[in-house]
Amino acid sequence: MELVHSYENPSLLKRLSAVDWGYALLVLAAAAYTYVLYGEMLDYYEKAILAGASLGLVAMGWFWKPWRAFFPASGLLALGGISLYHGDLARGQSAFWLKYALSSQSAIMWMCTLFFLATAMFWAGLIRRSDTLQKLGSGLTWSAALMGLTGMFVRWYESYLIGSDVGHIPVSNLYEVFVLFCLITALMYLYYEAKFAARQVGAFVLLVITAAVGFILWYSFDRQAHEIQPLIPALQSWWMKIHVPANFVGYGSFALSAMLGIAELLVLRDAKRAELAGGEAQPGWFARRLPAADVIDEMMYKAITVGFLFFTIATILGAMWAADAWGGYWSWDPKETWALIVWLNYAAWLHIRLVKGWRGEPLAWWAVIGIVVTSFAFLGVNMFLSGLHSYGGL
Amino acid sequence: MKTSKRQAGFGSSLFELLSSMRFAIGLLTILAIASVVGTVLKQNEPYPNYAFEFGPFWFRVFETLGLYDVYHSGWFLVILAFLVLSTSLCITRNGPGFVKDMRAFRDKASNVSLAAMKHSIELEGRIAPEAVAGYLGREGFRFKVREREDGATLFAAKKGVANKLGYFFAHIALVVICIGGLIDGNLPLKLGELVGRVVPETRDIPQSQIPEQSRLSAGNLSFRGNVTIAENKSADVIFQNAGNGYLVQELPFIITLKKFYVDYYNNGMPKLFASDIIVTDKRTGKETPATVKVNHPLIVDGVAIYQASFGDGGSPLELKGWNLAQPAMAPVTLRGTSLATQPLKANGRDYQLEFGELRVFNIENMGGAQGDAKTFSERMHDAREVKHEKALKNVGPSISFKLRDAQGQAREYQQYMAPITQEGASYLISGVRSEVAKPFQFLRLPLDDDGKIDTFMRLRAALLNSALYDEIAARTTAKALQGQAISPAMQQQFQSSVKWVLARFAQGGFSALEQFLDERVPADKRQAVAQTYVKILQGAVVDVMDVAQAKAGLAPLPEDGKHYRFLLDGLVGVSALNDYGAPVFLQLTGFEQVQASGLQMTRSPGKNLVYFGSLMLVIGIILMFYVREVRLWVLCYGDRMRVAMSSNRHSRDLDSDFARHTESLNQLVRDA
Ligand code: HEM
Repeated sequence: MELVHSYENPSLLKRLSAVDWGYALLVLAAAAYTYVLYGEMLDYYEKAILAGASLGLVAMGWFWKPWRAFFPASGLLALGGISLYHGDLARGQSAFWLKYALSSQSAIMWMCTLFFLATAMFWAGLIRRSDTLQKLGSGLTWSAALMGLTGMFVRWYESYLIGSDVGHIPVSNLYEVFVLFCLITALMYLYYEAKFAARQVGAFVLLVITAAVGFILWYSFDRQAHEIQPLIPALQSWWMKIHVPANFVGYGSFALSAMLGIAELLVLRDAKRAELAGGEAQPGWFARRLPAADVIDEMMYKAITVGFLFFTIATILGAMWAADAWGGYWSWDPKETWALIVWLNYAAWLHIRLVKGWRGEPLAWWAVIGIVVTSFAFLGVNMFLSGLHSYGGL
Repeated sequence: MKTSKRQAGFGSSLFELLSSMRFAIGLLTILAIASVVGTVLKQNEPYPNYAFEFGPFWFRVFETLGLYDVYHSGWFLVILAFLVLSTSLCITRNGPGFVKDMRAFRDKASNVSLAAMKHSIELEGRIAPEAVAGYLGREGFRFKVREREDGATLFAAKKGVANKLGYFFAHIALVVICIGGLIDGNLPLKLGELVGRVVPETRDIPQSQIPEQSRLSAGNLSFRGNVTIAENKSADVIFQNAGNGYLVQELPFIITLKKFYVDYYNNGMPKLFASDIIVTDKRTGKETPATVKVNHPLIVDGVAIYQASFGDGGSPLELKGWNLAQPAMAPVTLRGTSLATQPLKANGRDYQLEFGELRVFNIENMGGAQGDAKTFSERMHDAREVKHEKALKNVGPSISFKLRDAQGQAREYQQYMAPITQEGASYLISGVRSEVAKPFQFLRLPLDDDGKIDTFMRLRAALLNSALYDEIAARTTAKALQGQAISPAMQQQFQSSVKWVLARFAQGGFSALEQFLDERVPADKRQAVAQTYVKILQGAVVDVMDVAQAKAGLAPLPEDGKHYRFLLDGLVGVSALNDYGAPVFLQLTGFEQVQASGLQMTRSPGKNLVYFGSLMLVIGIILMFYVREVRLWVLCYGDRMRVAMSSNRHSRDLDSDFARHTESLNQLVRDA
C-alpha cells in the first residue's frame, strides 16, 4: 500500500495553507461574536472554556483537514435549525425544516438512517469489490456524522427552550451518550480510513455503529428516552462536560479496535488457509477484499493508544468529579471499578504488544474480547449492577 | 539491556520474577478479576442482609474471605502491594539501562552494523559535513560527530528520547498513585482492628455511651464517614462503617445545621440539595457559616464536608384521632413527633405509636400506563418531541407510622394530608399494610363540601348506630312506597329487610353481606339477591345521611349526583374501614417540618499525591505513545555515504521518515 506523504517536512506554520488560516479566522470570529453576545453572562470558567474550545477547534482543523469543512458545516446547519425555532419549542413539530430535518430528533433520526445506508453501502462495496460504492459509504458516514453533530447542537439549544434552568450540554444520559458514541466512533474511523487508505474495513466498523443505532431507535421509540430531562444535582458539575466526552473517545476507539480485530482475524484466517493449501491457492474471500493484516493491525494499535490515553484522562477526571460529588476520588463504585478493569485490560494489551512484541492473531482476539469488557463497563453495569452511577440506568 | 553479573541465587531469581513482564501482566489480570467480585456482590451492606441471602454456611465462608468489603480485605491489599512492588522493581531494573540509552548517541556503530539495519541505504556522492550538520539541526536532531580513524565521518543523531522519559513518568506515577491511595485507605484502622486496639460497635446506643475502643481521635490521618444532623442540632462526630458495626470518628470542629433545603424543577425533579451550616472550631471557638451543596463541598481543616443525603429530622406533628370503635365520639387532637415513638391508649388497650418519616413532598406519576396502542404516526410524533408532559404531581405531605399492640403485632399506615382529586371528587387517602414487604392498600375516604372527613364520619356513626335503624328504615320504606317501588302489602317486610341489611353491613361491610349470600342463598339466586341488597343499601344511605345530619342539627345534603356519589363512596369507605385494623383513624392535620441533612466527611491527605501521580501518568502516556524515538546515522566516506535509521517502534512511520530523509540528503548531495 502506497502512503501518500510529501517528502518535505517544513515546520507546522509553513505547512498551513490559506484554507487553514481561513478556518482559524472563522472559528475565532465565531468565538469573538459569542463573547460579544454573551460575554457578560459568562463567569471565568466559561470564558476560559470558550477560549480553550476555540483554540482546540482550530488545532483540530489544522491537524485533521476534513474537520475544517465538517465542523463549520454542522455549525451552520445547527444555527439554521436554531434560528427557525423563534424561541418556541413547539415549532419543532410545525415548521417544515425543523419537523423533517433540523430539530434535534429529526437530525438524529437522519443520522440513524444514514448510518444504516452507509453500512449497506460499505458491504455492497466489499462484496462487489467496488471502490465507488465504498466511497459512497464514506460519504454517507460523513453525512451521518454531520447530522449527528448537528442534532447534538440543536438538542443543546432545545434544552434551554424547555427552561433556562433545564438547559445543559447533551451528554447527561444514556440516550445522549449513545449518539455521542456513534458520532465519535464514526469520526475516528473516518480519520484512520484516510490515514491508512483502508476504506474496506468500513464494512466492519459500521457494524458496531449500526448496533448502537439500533439501540438508539429502540431506546427512543420504546422507552421515550430521548426526552430532555433536567440535571439532578449530582450531575450539575463542570466535570461532566469533559469527563463524559473523554470517556466516549475511549469507548469509541475500543469499539473501533475490536471491529478491526475481527477484520484482521478474517484476513489471517484466509492467509492460514492459503498456506495450508500450498502456495498456489487463491487468497480467500476476505483476504482478497480487505487490507493486509499488518495494516489493520497497526490501525488497531493506533486506535487503542488513542483510546487508552483518553480513557486514562477520563478516569482521572471522573475521580476528580467524584471527589467533588461523592466524598472521595475513589469509592470502588461498580462503574469506577469496571473502568479500572477496562483500563487494566488495555494496559496489559499494550504491554504484550510493545514489550513482548506480540502481533497478529492473539492481540486481535484480545481486542475483540476487550469490547465485551468495555461494553459491560458501559452498559452492563447500568443494567445489572447498582451504585452511585445509578442515574445511568436503562 | 540488563547486566546479569549477579550471582544467580534465590534472591536474584525472585527479583527476576517480580520485575518481569510476565508477573506484571499476571498481576494486572488478577487485579482485574478480583475487582469484579466487589461489583457483583453488593458491598458494605448490613450483615443480616447477607446472612439472609446466602444462608448461615455461605455467609460464614464469604465473611472469612472478606467478600463484604473486598477492596479493603487483606488479600486484595496484598495484590495491590505486589503490583506496587513489581512496578518499582521493574523501574529499578529497566531504569539504569534506559537512562544510559537516552544519554548515548550510539556513535560506535560500524559500517557493517549500519548496513545490517532494516532501514539503511548507501548513496553516491560527496557532501560537506557542515551541510549534514545543518540538515540534522534543522530537522530537530541532536547529534554527535565522530571522525573515524579510517577517515570516515559518522553523524550519530537522535530525536525523541523523551519517549523513554515517558516510561519513567508513567510507571513512577503508578507507584505514586498507589501510595497516595494507601495513605487514604483504612490500613491503619484494619491493623488496629487486627490487634484489638479498635473494636467496632455493633449496638444501637446513644453516641455518648459508645466506649473508647470504638472511638477514633480527631488526629486520625484519614477517614470517611457520615452523620445525620437535624435542623438546629449539632454534631461533632461522624460514624464510619466497619464490618458488622461502626466506629465513631471525633471531629476537630462542631457542625450545626441551620437549615436544609431542596429546590425542584417544574417537572418535580429535584434541582438542589443544600445545607446551611455553621462550623465551630473546637479549640478556638471560631464560627464559620457556609453552605454545602451537592458537588460543592466545604473544606475545613483538611476535612471535606459533603451533602450526602437528607431526610426528616423529627418534626412536631398534629393529628386528629377518630375513635373507630366509638364512631359517635368527637375526634381528639393528638401531638407527636415524627421518627419518635409514643404510647397510645384506645378503648382500654395499650398501643405503641411509632412514627416514621414525615415527607412533605410526594411526587407521583399520575399518568396512566404508557399506551402500547399508539399509532405509527403518534409514535413518530413522540420520537420527534424532546419534551413530554409528564403527569408528575406533588400529592402533598404524608406521615407513616406503625401501630403496635401489646402483643407486639404491628400494622403500618401511611396518611396523606392533602385531598386527592379523582374524577372531580375529593378524597382523603390512607394506606395500610400488615407486612413491610407488602404493598400498601389504599383507603379512599370521601371529603365533604368543606374538604373535611367530618361528614363521612357522621355517616359512618349513623350507619353503625342500630338505635337509628327504625327511623331510617321508616324513611326508606316511605320513599319506596311513594315511588311505587314496593306495594303497601310489602311495607312491613321491606322495612325489616332494610334494617337487616343495615345491621349486617354495620357488622362487616360488603363482605359480611357477601358471606351471608355464600352461606345461606342458593348459588342460582345469589346474583338477584345481591342486587336487591345493594339497591336497598343505596337507597337507605340517603336516609342514613339525612338522619345523621338532622341529629347533628345540620341541613340535609343537597340531593344531586355529586352528593349521591359522596354517599356511595362513603359506603365503600365504611366497608373498607372494617379491614383497617386500627382502633383509631389518625388524620394528619398539621406539622412543623424539621429536616435533617446527611453529611459525609472525609479527610484524605493522599489526594494531592494521587492527583500528582495522575498528571505524571498522563504525561508519561503521551510521551510513550506520541513521541517517537528515532536514531539517524549518516556515515560519510569518500564519494559515498550511508544513511541508516532505527526507531523503537512504529515501523510504518519509520518507512516514510526514512524515505524522506534519504531523499533530502540526496538533494543536498546534488545541490553540493
Ligand atoms: C499497573 C501496572 C502498569 C501499567 C498500567 C503500565 C502501563 C504502561 C503503559 C501504558 C505503557 C505504554 C506502552 C508504550 O507505549 O510503551 C507501558 C510500557 C512499559 N511497561 Fe508498563 N505498566 C505497568 C506495570 C509495568 C511493570 C510491572 C513493568 C515491569 C515488568 C512494566 C514494564 C513496561 C515496559 C518495559 C514498558 C515499555 C517502555 C518502553 O519501551 O518505552 N510495566 N506500561
